[in-house]
Amino acid sequence: MAEIALEGASVSSRRWRDDHPILWLTLTRALFGVITLLAVSVIVFAATTVLPGNAAKAILGQTATPARVRALQLELHLDHSVWYRYWAWLTGVLHGDFGISYAARIPAWQVVGPRLANSAVLVLLAGVIGTIIGVGLGALAAVRRGGRGDDVLAVVSLGVTSLPEFVVGIGLVIVFATTFFHVLPAVSLVPPGSSAWQNPSVLVLPVATLVIVIVPYILRMTRAATIEALESDYLESARLKGLSPRRLLLVHALPNAIPPVVQVIGLNLLYLAGGIVVVETLFAFPGIGQGLVNAVDDRDVPVIQLTVLLLAAFYVFVNIVSDVVSLLASPRRRLPRS
Amino acid sequence: MSLTADKAVKRPDGRTRVDRRQWTRLLAAASSGMRGRIGLALTAMVVLAAALGPFLAPYSPTQFVTTPFAKPSAEHLLGGDDIGRDVLSRVLAGGWVLLVMAVAATVIGLLLGTLAGVCAAYLRGRWDGLIMRSVDIILAFPTVVFALLLVSVIGPKLWLIVVAVGVSHAPQVARVMRAATLEISERDFVKAVELWGIRSWTVMRSEVLPNLSSPLMVELGLRLTYSIVIISGLSFLGFSQPPPAPNWGLMINENLLGLAANPWGVVAPAVLIALLTIGTNTFTDAVGRLAIGVGRGNEEAAAGGGVAGAVMLGELQQFPLDDTVVEDPEATESREPTVD
Repeated sequence: MAEIALEGASVSSRRWRDDHPILWLTLTRALFGVITLLAVSVIVFAATTVLPGNAAKAILGQTATPARVRALQLELHLDHSVWYRYWAWLTGVLHGDFGISYAARIPAWQVVGPRLANSAVLVLLAGVIGTIIGVGLGALAAVRRGGRGDDVLAVVSLGVTSLPEFVVGIGLVIVFATTFFHVLPAVSLVPPGSSAWQNPSVLVLPVATLVIVIVPYILRMTRAATIEALESDYLESARLKGLSPRRLLLVHALPNAIPPVVQVIGLNLLYLAGGIVVVETLFAFPGIGQGLVNAVDDRDVPVIQLTVLLLAAFYVFVNIVSDVVSLLASPRRRLPRS
Repeated sequence: MSLTADKAVKRPDGRTRVDRRQWTRLLAAASSGMRGRIGLALTAMVVLAAALGPFLAPYSPTQFVTTPFAKPSAEHLLGGDDIGRDVLSRVLAGGWVLLVMAVAATVIGLLLGTLAGVCAAYLRGRWDGLIMRSVDIILAFPTVVFALLLVSVIGPKLWLIVVAVGVSHAPQVARVMRAATLEISERDFVKAVELWGIRSWTVMRSEVLPNLSSPLMVELGLRLTYSIVIISGLSFLGFSQPPPAPNWGLMINENLLGLAANPWGVVAPAVLIALLTIGTNTFTDAVGRLAIGVGRGNEEAAAGGGVAGAVMLGELQQFPLDDTVVEDPEATESREPTVD
């Protein structure tokens, strides 16, 4: 990505870049990530403070008295220039000062922090479980391609990829919580002060919803990449050599399917960053997604800014990691170019 | 599935120029297959219900005609909602706004994305990098979050949600259209026309754009499905039409508490949304398969093409960053300007 920006690099650095492909990729992606985050910070700042003619009025609502609007204008430094305000806000953010939540009247970080921990548990669990199931089923479908199981999986995954998260979640609630069985809570109530981790039963349905939504993508990508490897020439020669099917799949085919599968897992983690908003709201799960919805209802600007910045940082981080991991998994590209 | 289908699939792998009505052939071919028919039937069913529903509703969607969460009865086939309105009437009246918004957002996303992608591919070099990198920044915002950010500023306006969803489609559309434009402008027939000295804009309009129709059709279907998912999700979160307007997403939210008493208030709109998205996605899948030649003896190419095939099929298109899957350093370099 950033290669284009650095086109003018000198000959010596080009050689350095060929000698250290992994380091080079990490550095260029990190640089592009920082640029992305800066651009995101400008958009977030502009959207939440500059666009509406009068931010103070927007925050307080149409019924605010002029005196209150004036007081809030002073508090937000609205009498200074836009650039000054952006700079003050950005330096604050870089020092960990995200402002005071308008709704809770405590630092925004204290509002978002505990929710972040809950969401992290949700996304991690869904990511790990979804990856295991998706890769397993995908490899199985690739080995039995053309069979009945493969066809059923193809149709089911096409159907499931079409569904909105909340439809999947409602289906699970109806089956397991309200109508058919009554084994799981329909609403994820977490007592204040404790984390979702300490209440495993509230995690089951939200995690299951997210797993169902991401599995088809990982499955289809694993299947396609494994079939590609299984039908390659080198695998044909390995087969002719008399290797067992299990060894063919696990040792020779799957490792070559890793790069594209890692990328699609990365994409699914990024999807989860957005998907948690709806799923957390559906289950009243106290994570940053539900927090964002509440903050938008309350026009709680610092909490919105912090949440969006966190999600953007997560995006940049996942991108870098999945690029580096898929590079590490492709020996041809990992070695220095001669 | 005979003549029309042949012509429709010839283009992506064949090196011949095809006529402008190619997209109608592609659609006709797609709707003659099994998947295409199912997709079309499901979509048509829900669209009809949403379009004619307001005229067929037995009661006013906003009047209190029964008790809260009343069980289904002869007068109220799907029972009552959270404050005693007729669920069936609200379901019938509550779909068309969602459909109009989803179509509008799709059109905006396709226009913006095609404009950015075609310009980037055509200008190449510095401008290519600049356009694509700035479009990519939108990817750092999950669509729902981007929409919520704008809503938090301007308020839950319908046009704003349409614009937000449309804008967040742009990066993916831009990537696909850029790649397709690059591929087509390398073809011999375009080169030949260029050699005649015809103005580049005319070449673009008369030679390149008509050949972008099949990737555009696939993108249209994917973006439409995704728009429906996102916009109904935003309505579910309460950021679309304000109450008491009937709206499938909002209905689910309102009636969630009465799921045990009268599930229809939640189940009916959820099932309609599900049928609609399954319909559009299945039809898109049929179009995508035709566009890359699956089902026409090219299965091996599609399966063997693995990642590229999957991307063309749109399996990844619902997520950001899809082109990094097929991108590697060599490819990145080789696509840098070669022709001036």
